[in-house]
Amino acid sequence: MSSYAPLFAVIGVMLFWVVLGLAGLARSHDARLVFRVLFPLGSIAGAILAAAGLAGISGTPAALVLPLGLPGLPFHLRLDPLSSFFLLLLGFAAAGISMYSAAYFRKTENIKPGLIGLQYHLFLASMLAVCLADDAYFFLVAWETMALSSYFLVITDHKLPEVRRAGFLYLLIAHLGAISILLCFGVMQNNAGEYTFELMRAARLSDFWATVVFLLALTGFGAKAGFLPLHIWLPEAHPAAPSPVSALMSGVMLKTAIYGLLRVTFDLLEQQIWWWGVVALAIGLATALSGVMFAAVQTDMKRLLAYSSIENIGIVLAAIGLAIIFHAYAMNVLAALALIAALYHCINHAGFKSLLFLVTGSVMHATSERNLGHLGGLIRRMPWVAWFGLVGTLAIAGLPPLNGFVSEWLLLQAFLLTPGLPNSYLNMLVPVATAALVLASALAAYVMVKFYGVVFLGQPREEKLKQAQDASNWERAAFVWLGATCVLLGLAPVAVIGQLDSVSLLLVDATLSGNIARSGWLFVTPASPERASYSAPLFLAGIVGSVVATFLLVRWLYHGRVRRAAAWDCGYPQQTPRMQDTAEGFGQPIKQIFEPFFRIERHMPKPTDERPYYWSKTEDHIWFWLYLPVAKAAEWVSKLVGVLHHGRIHLYLIYSFVTLLALLFLIR
Amino acid sequence: MIQFVVSQLVQSLLVVVSAPLMLGWVNQCRAWLQNRTGPGMAQPYRVLGKLFVKDAVIAHNASPLFRLTPYVVFGCMVLAASIVPVLATDLPFSPAADVIALVGLFALARVFMALAAMDIGTAFGSMGARREMLVACLAEPALLMVFFTPSLISGSTALNNIVETLAHSSLAIYPSMAFAAIAFLMVMLAENARVPIDNPATHLELTMIHEAMILEYSARHLALIEWANAIKLTIYSAIGVALFLPWGIARAGEWLMMPLSIAAFVAKIAAAGAGLALLETMSAKMRIFRAPEFLGMAFMLAVLGMLTHFLLER
Amino acid sequence: MNLPLSAQLINLLAALMLLIAFGMLAQRRILTLIHLFALQGALLTVNTFVVAFSTMQTHLYYSAVLTFVLKVVVLPWILHRLIVRLNIRWDVETLINIPTIMLVGIVVVILSFNLALPISELAGTVNRSTLGIAMAAVLLAMLMMITRRKAVPQVIGFLAMENGLFFAATSATYGMPMIVELGIALDVLVGTFIFGIFFFQIRETFDSLDIHHLEKLREK
Repeated sequence: MSSYAPLFAVIGVMLFWVVLGLAGLARSHDARLVFRVLFPLGSIAGAILAAAGLAGISGTPAALVLPLGLPGLPFHLRLDPLSSFFLLLLGFAAAGISMYSAAYFRKTENIKPGLIGLQYHLFLASMLAVCLADDAYFFLVAWETMALSSYFLVITDHKLPEVRRAGFLYLLIAHLGAISILLCFGVMQNNAGEYTFELMRAARLSDFWATVVFLLALTGFGAKAGFLPLHIWLPEAHPAAPSPVSALMSGVMLKTAIYGLLRVTFDLLEQQIWWWGVVALAIGLATALSGVMFAAVQTDMKRLLAYSSIENIGIVLAAIGLAIIFHAYAMNVLAALALIAALYHCINHAGFKSLLFLVTGSVMHATSERNLGHLGGLIRRMPWVAWFGLVGTLAIAGLPPLNGFVSEWLLLQAFLLTPGLPNSYLNMLVPVATAALVLASALAAYVMVKFYGVVFLGQPREEKLKQAQDASNWERAAFVWLGATCVLLGLAPVAVIGQLDSVSLLLVDATLSGNIARSGWLFVTPASPERASYSAPLFLAGIVGSVVATFLLVRWLYHGRVRRAAAWDCGYPQQTPRMQDTAEGFGQPIKQIFEPFFRIERHMPKPTDERPYYWSKTEDHIWFWLYLPVAKAAEWVSKLVGVLHHGRIHLYLIYSFVTLLALLFLIR
Repeated sequence: MIQFVVSQLVQSLLVVVSAPLMLGWVNQCRAWLQNRTGPGMAQPYRVLGKLFVKDAVIAHNASPLFRLTPYVVFGCMVLAASIVPVLATDLPFSPAADVIALVGLFALARVFMALAAMDIGTAFGSMGARREMLVACLAEPALLMVFFTPSLISGSTALNNIVETLAHSSLAIYPSMAFAAIAFLMVMLAENARVPIDNPATHLELTMIHEAMILEYSARHLALIEWANAIKLTIYSAIGVALFLPWGIARAGEWLMMPLSIAAFVAKIAAAGAGLALLETMSAKMRIFRAPEFLGMAFMLAVLGMLTHFLLER
Repeated sequence: MNLPLSAQLINLLAALMLLIAFGMLAQRRILTLIHLFALQGALLTVNTFVVAFSTMQTHLYYSAVLTFVLKVVVLPWILHRLIVRLNIRWDVETLINIPTIMLVGIVVVILSFNLALPISELAGTVNRSTLGIAMAAVLLAMLMMITRRKAVPQVIGFLAMENGLFFAATSATYGMPMIVELGIALDVLVGTFIFGIFFFQIRETFDSLDIHHLEKLREK
């Protein structure tokens, strides 16, 4: 019975969130009730969910059938290590973000509190249901609810036309993905008539149909996760939504798509083919590089973070591709390593990306600016926001001893173990793939230095920034919660890998526990201690120890006197804020080196202009190569169909008459 | 146990204390090649002593990050000095970090420096930060690829295991290491702000990459950063020597081998310093826009080294 | 790693040949291209000597001497005189930018390594693993010919291709029959003379050695 306790706890949280949402709707204009009571309760529920997820990872799988749903298609629920892991991720991220939203939405104008409460909690509940679903019907119901509730959250500011446009694009691509997922489940159920995952696990598909399933799943879940070329909605929707919603979408919703992909590829399909992994690896690396290159040239804070999310999802997909390759060649321990790297990166990204989006939320509320060209110097006025932003920035740049480094380290170790593969082409592809991955991580550090430096450091680029207010108490609590997760995930990798072992055991029939256990809790040794080892606590102790020792030695041997003066700046007398780098300026070298990958439109001033100005716009090629032609084709087809619309009632009646006659003939 | 700790401390302190001497030696060789007398090999020590005594002058709008950075950078370099095997392999601290963590450590120091450069909000600071991150985002991948070649050969990413395998195995010429050596040399020049990427002795702000980041620092902060640069140069030389000329390194605890390994280390580092000075004197500084081509070449060479390993050495 | 010293030396020389092939791809100065070509010839000579020494095949000694005379002395000297008289020192920008060429070069290297693996299983020589590098050198030289704009680097690419073929021959079948080798050497020599004459003609007609001027000769 105890193995059912986590499942019941999870279902309880889901129902509680739905109840909170409806309660908010009942008293729709009572901001105090919604934000001071309902959101913090939702946050506590998130923490409970995280605990239940943690318990569920190491427990045995528990399944339940609810009598809801259509007759003959009840809802099947199941809690196994894979879903528990993603529920843990959802739980801790939701706890932090709900805490933050309690304070954030209080300060937002022009919103209906009850409506936001409903949409928000339905969003959380539907993401929970996606991870819990054990049959295709419930999965798709939850998926659609997730898409709809997040659409309404994205268009909270629906009076602005660009927000409406972003919402439309988001909904469109979400539905293209949903169709693909529907087809995928349809193929997998293999004419059995029932749609439960149990049946799909037992089904034996031929290689051709299994490939079709994989490609459909890649497209469908890729549309939600933001793989190339279906990523086009991410940089529009994430900035348009309010910051806590962006944090939830970037930190958690993208991971539900990864959950779906893992579920279909490793759990429901019984055998993988090696070239699927190559496709996934290639798409993942292309997504990562494209995302980070575009992030480097952005001038909007939230678009930069959105592109950075695309990059991180690309890295996760590359790790999954590697796991597929290893598993297809029956090298299960290595597949476990790659898979654990992918899952670790998922939870890391949930931690630091949510933190960074919440930081941008506080900045936006304090300054009402989103454009990097109007920010700067906020570290002095908003210390809490700035220092936790620093933790998030260092984590996302993949610097030791924080959590981003651990997942990248694990992934690089997995790449270096590939020479054992029997296929020589794949062996030689490894250096190229590794090169792409390390290039993406190095560029990510560049992008994050740009983000943090332009927003928080330097001189303020606008006068009003000098009146910026720091974050309120609830917001600070959220920062502490998420920042602490980043630090803990970085300092205790062995414990985390121990938990992830259950997931990898389920998916690829192998764990790293044998290798890890050899070296105790302090050292991470994924293969063997002679092969590679890393100890984050020792690392941190080393750095902190040296810093403290140096500081004390210098103070003791010399002195600690400080004088304040104007900035030196090589003796230039005038130092206005406009002399610093703009965001565009900081990204200019990347724009120049990687110019073929961007589509840049420029207007250069001519000598004869009366008001000379420089204008530059950087866009994505994919928009012009793929989406616009498809949109034009759709318009052309619609025009053809439009021939049928005359507006004359007689012709419409003739259509109905002809159809009726045809049906009578057929039925006869 | 105690002898391991002593060996570790001895090595770390030796590298930290002798790093300015290495810098002095390189500058002295450059002076001789340019037909000057030069200020002597102990000049960096005098400079450090002078800087530590002064009062620190900090801009009005400097944040705590600005004051924290020199200590963090110095701490990172001291930690790196404890990880790289120069005199002996199998140090107690080496399981804490492998080559990837070492590269991450350098990246941590560099990110802090870039952020501190942007902190005051001057034109040169942000220019230096931008250029430094540009060079880094191309040099760091190249450096990782260079490290992956010996790690594929030795089957490990732990630096002491790599050195152990290369040093104490039968004499063999690895062609892939030839590629990796050239790539490593190019990356070393870029990361340590040497000609042809950056001139460490320049006074023209628009040509600076690394110097532009530390324009606002003075007194003990500047001393710590300069010292950290010297340690970084020594560590890079030590890594190069350990990977590509690994003979003469002792195992930890072999006290009898210590004098021989110290002598070998000194000789190799001196040769490396002289070689560096020669290379600097023969080349001219490149335009900043040529730096990506230079580093791209290093990157390609490193990738090529790995490919050659797969073909010729499997 | 327990190959005999000669095999390791040959591997090292092969790697250096590949390095020079890449170097030629990225070089812009024509004088340096000629020096690299001479260096490649020298490496080939040393390689042939080592193979001759380790396998006791005396005809390879003659082959090595011929290579030295032709590729390290005569051809570079002819090319040097050519560029001095034509007064060109630098190439203009290549057709595609250099990083892209390098990327394509890497892909070419991977392809040739993989294609050569099954063939090198069949060969019975001591250094068959270098066949992949030889093929890569040939393809990289052809890539260099494709992406250049002036005529002289294209000729050097052609000669580098021949170098690669010679290296492939030594590594797969212990060199070619002497007659074949002498014939090829004569062909290359005569070819270079003819190229030289052509360059002067091209320069006379178009006042420049930029290849795209030749497009004006087509029928309109």
